[in-house]
Amino acid sequence: MTRGFKMLTFQAASLAAGAVLMSTISAMTKAAPAPAAAVSIDNFTFKAPVLTVKPGTMVTWTNGDDIPHTVVAKDGAFKSKVLDTGDRFSFTFAKPGQFGYFCSLHPHMTGTIIVKA
Amino acid sequence: MLDEMDNDRRGFLKCMAWAGTGSLFAFSGGVGSSIGLDAALAAPVRRSTTSPFTFVQLSDSHIGFNKPPNADARATFRGAIAKVKALPVQPDFIIHTGDVSQLSRDEEFDDAEQMLKAAGLPVFFVPGEHDMLDPDGGKLFLDRFGKGTKGAGWYSFDHRGVHFVALVNVADLKPGGMGNLGADQLKWLRADLAGRSSSTPIVVFAHIPLWTVYADWGWGTDDAAEALKLLARFGSVTVLNGHIHQITQKIEGRIAFHTARSTAFPQPAPGTAPSPGPLKVPPEQLHSMLGITDAMFVRGHDRIALIDSTLSA
Repeated sequence: MTRGFKMLTFQAASLAAGAVLMSTISAMTKAAPAPAAAVSIDNFTFKAPVLTVKPGTMVTWTNGDDIPHTVVAKDGAFKSKVLDTGDRFSFTFAKPGQFGYFCSLHPHMTGTIIVKA
Repeated sequence: MLDEMDNDRRGFLKCMAWAGTGSLFAFSGGVGSSIGLDAALAAPVRRSTTSPFTFVQLSDSHIGFNKPPNADARATFRGAIAKVKALPVQPDFIIHTGDVSQLSRDEEFDDAEQMLKAAGLPVFFVPGEHDMLDPDGGKLFLDRFGKGTKGAGWYSFDHRGVHFVALVNVADLKPGGMGNLGADQLKWLRADLAGRSSSTPIVVFAHIPLWTVYADWGWGTDDAAEALKLLARFGSVTVLNGHIHQITQKIEGRIAFHTARSTAFPQPAPGTAPSPGPLKVPPEQLHSMLGITDAMFVRGHDRIALIDSTLSA
């Protein structure tokens, strides 16, 4: 009897927990912002040079250098304006794939975004 | 072969003689080194039968730059122009080897142009990568400073028997690469040089060095070797560059390479800092690390004498 009550309580708790989890997920897909990631530009380097994100992630680059830089996709898919100190550029990666990019002023500066589900 | 060797030896001796007169170009271990302007001007200059001419190289004015170590790149550019005006022998013209502006803004280009008018001299430009940042990739620069030029802004002209070639190695840069001239420009250069006698002195100017100063920082030009091959047959070739905001020089065969100081801010020597960003020197040191280059051509001498002087004093 005692054991049966405990089982019942556990099942109810699990159900409740499941319901909360389900509602959280549905709230996230409805209202929460898209996943985001950041790449800082410091000392003429993209940090991190290789970044793996999920599809739909918005990646934001911020220039921390005293010298302007740009963020330009090798395949032309995206191209920032010139980023002066503190300026940002964002791009949302919708589809899986590998996206190489570079700074068109200082082309030895390169980076890659890997988009993987 | 013997002729060539003799020619080299003669050239070397001429340079030695020139250095001996206390003027402008000294040879040490095969690499030319320039001496201070004040010392050069104080020394007696041997007069050639044909009148010499000079021109001045300004570089990397970065009009609009306002961060440490230089809160006002306009003021230091004005200082550089005042230095040119104060030269006892006025140059025939000025060349600006790029990065006129910091961000390719029209007002930056306009300020540079207005300030240069004070010198009262013709100015020949090539763009730096900072001059290509408008949405049209250099149109603002070319509309103002590159009228009549070809492609991304290259051209050539002759002055008193010297052939000047202005090259652009900051357009359409490739990921992972350094400076780039491109096939179209190299083709043009081949045609431009084709009919010229090998005894014609050549001055080539471009923004990024045409030899690899430091690959890790992109301080070189990927396809420069193609251009240098076309220049190899000429007896006297001087290559003037900017971009790295410090003096470096070397001689390879008959080609003398030289980079000028910036008028805006110094950059670190290759590999001595985490990045090539501005060298944040104390204010009292800044002017001693900025400067201009005075180039003197005397007929009969194999090389152009280069005198670098700083903005201090």
